[in-house]
Amino acid sequence: MEKIIAKLGLGSCGIAAGADVVWTELEKVINESKYPVELRKTACIGMCFEEPVLELSGKGKSKVMLGTVEAKDVKSILDGYLNDKLEYNNIILHEHKEAVHNELIGNQQRIVLRNCGIIDPESIEDYEAAGGYQALAKALNMRRTDIIDIVKESGLRGRGGAGFSTGMKWQFAYNARSEKKYVVCNADEGDPGAFMDRSTLEGDPHSIIEAMIIGAFAMGADEGYLYVRAEYPMAIKHLRKAIADAEAKGYLGQNIMGKGFNCELHIKEGAGAFVCGEETALMQSIEGKRGMPTIRPPFPAEAGLWGKPTNINNVETWANIPWIIINGAEAFRKFGTEKSPGTKVFALAGKIKNSGLIEVPMGMTLHDVIYKVGGGIKNDKKFKGVQLGGPSGGCVPDNLLDTTVDYDSINKTGAIMGSGGMVVMDEDSCMVDIARFFLNFTQNESCGKCTFCRIGTRRMLEILTRITEGKGELADIEKLEQLAVNIIKGSLCGLGQTAPNPVLTTLRYFLDEYIAHIQEKRCPAHSCTTLLIYEIVAEKCIGCTACARKCPVNCISGTVKQPHIIDQSKCIKCGACYTSCKFNAITKV
Amino acid sequence: MQKSKQKLDAILTKFKGKHGALIPLLQEIQTLEGYLKKETLKYVSEQMGISAAEIFGVATFYSMFRLKPQGKHVVRVCKGTACHVTGANAILNAIREHLKLTDGEDTTGDTLFTVMEVACLGCCSLAPVIMIGDQTYGKLTPESVSDVLKKFAE
Repeated sequence: MEKIIAKLGLGSCGIAAGADVVWTELEKVINESKYPVELRKTACIGMCFEEPVLELSGKGKSKVMLGTVEAKDVKSILDGYLNDKLEYNNIILHEHKEAVHNELIGNQQRIVLRNCGIIDPESIEDYEAAGGYQALAKALNMRRTDIIDIVKESGLRGRGGAGFSTGMKWQFAYNARSEKKYVVCNADEGDPGAFMDRSTLEGDPHSIIEAMIIGAFAMGADEGYLYVRAEYPMAIKHLRKAIADAEAKGYLGQNIMGKGFNCELHIKEGAGAFVCGEETALMQSIEGKRGMPTIRPPFPAEAGLWGKPTNINNVETWANIPWIIINGAEAFRKFGTEKSPGTKVFALAGKIKNSGLIEVPMGMTLHDVIYKVGGGIKNDKKFKGVQLGGPSGGCVPDNLLDTTVDYDSINKTGAIMGSGGMVVMDEDSCMVDIARFFLNFTQNESCGKCTFCRIGTRRMLEILTRITEGKGELADIEKLEQLAVNIIKGSLCGLGQTAPNPVLTTLRYFLDEYIAHIQEKRCPAHSCTTLLIYEIVAEKCIGCTACARKCPVNCISGTVKQPHIIDQSKCIKCGACYTSCKFNAITKV
Repeated sequence: MQKSKQKLDAILTKFKGKHGALIPLLQEIQTLEGYLKKETLKYVSEQMGISAAEIFGVATFYSMFRLKPQGKHVVRVCKGTACHVTGANAILNAIREHLKLTDGEDTTGDTLFTVMEVACLGCCSLAPVIMIGDQTYGKLTPESVSDVLKKFAE
């Protein structure tokens, strides 16, 4: 029998879904049954909702990808595939036949994620076989200004969120006169609801390292830092190995590829501070200080790390570089729009069917991203809004779903492109609560340097909490708007300047929900616990006593086989009865 | 005692004279001793020539640094957006209830568990998630989270 290849996704999302158990079982079955199977590791292909994901391929066989694989299925899967009699109920991709997610992948365009979920991220040979380090070899034979020109011509804009021209940034750092310069990769992915950088670093660490060496060469730097969140242990592990392997192969270190260029890279683990995603704060943190932003100018390109010219790009921005060097600016511009060329990686999460990581050409509509690629809303509930850009972004409602994904169009809605977090909300999500959630986040993460950010966000949070508890007044809405304007004006860095966005966009598009909380003391989504009342529908209750046994405060009474009743004066609104009832006899009012 | 002092000195020697060393230095000390003890920080200040105020400033700025002893297993409950909309609060309450933590408490009496809330663990598609040690657990319900905790209660 010809040997087949079994590739299992072992990213942190895969492992969280049980892929490590499947791996052990695969090893066991292959050894015990002496199957001709070569077992390989890879990272996340992006279909996190189908994890653990197993790919099978072999000479003369159709390549297939299987979702939600469990250890108990392993033997029959391998058996079936080897004998061309594979029967499995969740074939998600099939090379030659219809499969559930063929469309999901077909609508994507993968530049940044070109290797994610395909190569073994811990193998430099795998990366080389996929064309890795060829961009570096090409760049080292180019004039430094020509490299910068290609990046400029490509129109690549900063994928961290702000969308500034990457080529211009490189030009500024190139122009700065100094013996010592630094390049930095910002991998402090702090936006809650975003995991693009984690997946890229876990799945293709060499692409970032190669890009940083190219950037260092072009700008005249000889040292670089990757600032990675400590919450991403696997990304850090893969990067450490990648750096060591690149050094051993002569891509990094002294006299790189025999061209006389030297460069070293270090990893700095973050220590848990969202504000460190802001570039001036990030540099303070690398220097070992409290991560507080500083006034610009001077910009990092003039005086950055330890006062030396420094260029900082986000993970996704860097990941585009090797592709652009190899394929050219023109090829890159074929994707996306005139002003936002290329692709964008989004992390789809929340109430969406296909949650995971996707990469689409800029210019696709939000509607297509959510419905065509994302598969639509979970449990076919009603779409309410999509949150873009995390705590700095905003919520875009249903009637704006034809907005295209590019920096300028999204800015017009009041949200921002941001780093790529896309959290979908359905009818059960309360938009006032979402605004409160983000303000709670920014208020916690404000470094405290600017008064308006430090105290203003706290005042906004207090008002929002009051509203979700049914204690708000109509005048609160004006207060929120006023505070928002002042915080934007009075803050030094992006954290404060964008902190009010979630409030401003929800006020703009979901004002009726605020009014319902304030005037009717009602949460239309039945999400704010203080305003919520659980009631038992007597006609549906069969008196099974399940809820009464679950209630932690014993406030449900009634005799067996008779409708029960909730004592509202004792109810703590924990929802235990609601989840325990099998007859839908408990409603939220 | 003597041995741990040696390990501490080894860390200090490793970082001495390097720029930007304070954060990784404190991270290693925290891994060694479980948390940042006041006496240790004083010792670091003397040995490294960094003022105690600067060290304390950095230690209190970043959420990963702990100035109090922590449990054997650190349970990080994700409070990111995706987890929030899929019921992270209920998970947190279930964990606190399971571990019998009272208001304001974050470590169990037997110092087996410390519970903390974190911004986002980046596993949003498996929301709601928690992390115990380096292991992530996803698609949790208030019921299933108790089973996860039981695995660690030895």
